[in-house]
Amino acid sequence: MHYTFEIERGNFTDAGQASSSVKRTLKHLGVAPANIKRTVVALFEAEINAIAHAYGGTIDVDIDDEKIVMVVADTGPGIPNLDLAMQEGWSTASPEVREMGYGAGMGLPNIKKNTDDLKIESTVGVGTTVTMTVFFA
Amino acid sequence: MTVKDIIEKLQLECLNEANLDAEVSGAYASDLLSDVMGNARSGQVWVTMQTHKNVTAIASLRDLPAVIIVRGGVPDQDMLDHAKDEDICILVSQEPTFQVCGKLYEILK
Repeated sequence: MHYTFEIERGNFTDAGQASSSVKRTLKHLGVAPANIKRTVVALFEAEINAIAHAYGGTIDVDIDDEKIVMVVADTGPGIPNLDLAMQEGWSTASPEVREMGYGAGMGLPNIKKNTDDLKIESTVGVGTTVTMTVFFA
Repeated sequence: MTVKDIIEKLQLECLNEANLDAEVSGAYASDLLSDVMGNARSGQVWVTMQTHKNVTAIASLRDLPAVIIVRGGVPDQDMLDHAKDEDICILVSQEPTFQVCGKLYEILK
């Protein structure tokens, strides 16, 4: 099963639509609640990161019997220092984004904690691709 | 303890009736959305002063039956619309977070 979603820069109003749709699908497929939880936490955080930092992007989701693979690919400023970005508490979010309750530097750590495999490829000035896998078994 | 019981005991204003008979397992208080996303547990009520639509998105994704907005905060219209679509109970207290949590702790502990 394959799904694609668009990410629009700064569009927080629609944030969570991809996660919500994936949650419905996984529920329908009878995936265990704990795995649905891990999936939506990771996907929502990746979605928010792209909305807050990138210029736009896409989310590609592939689901089979064993796993879900989510690829969030954006065009944007990229991540200059991935080690720093992975540190809990580190954030480059704008004041507006922080006012909404984001930008606490918890997004990427939340993603790491809730996925079985996480790959981040980023080129400064070009964009970032985050590939997240959650196994159902 | 149900959502309805909490509304009565804390004298909360209800802006979107949903999940009134849902059993509440506890509460989580935070204004940091990723904190709630990562650490709240399903069945908890969420105490916050955030009033935008992402609150209901997170409540729905994490199966939180109700959100209590503190200090008389006014939710954005699109948050209320979304709460209706997603069946999230939206409650308002005139008191600040500390008082709301103190009362919740007493009745949920």
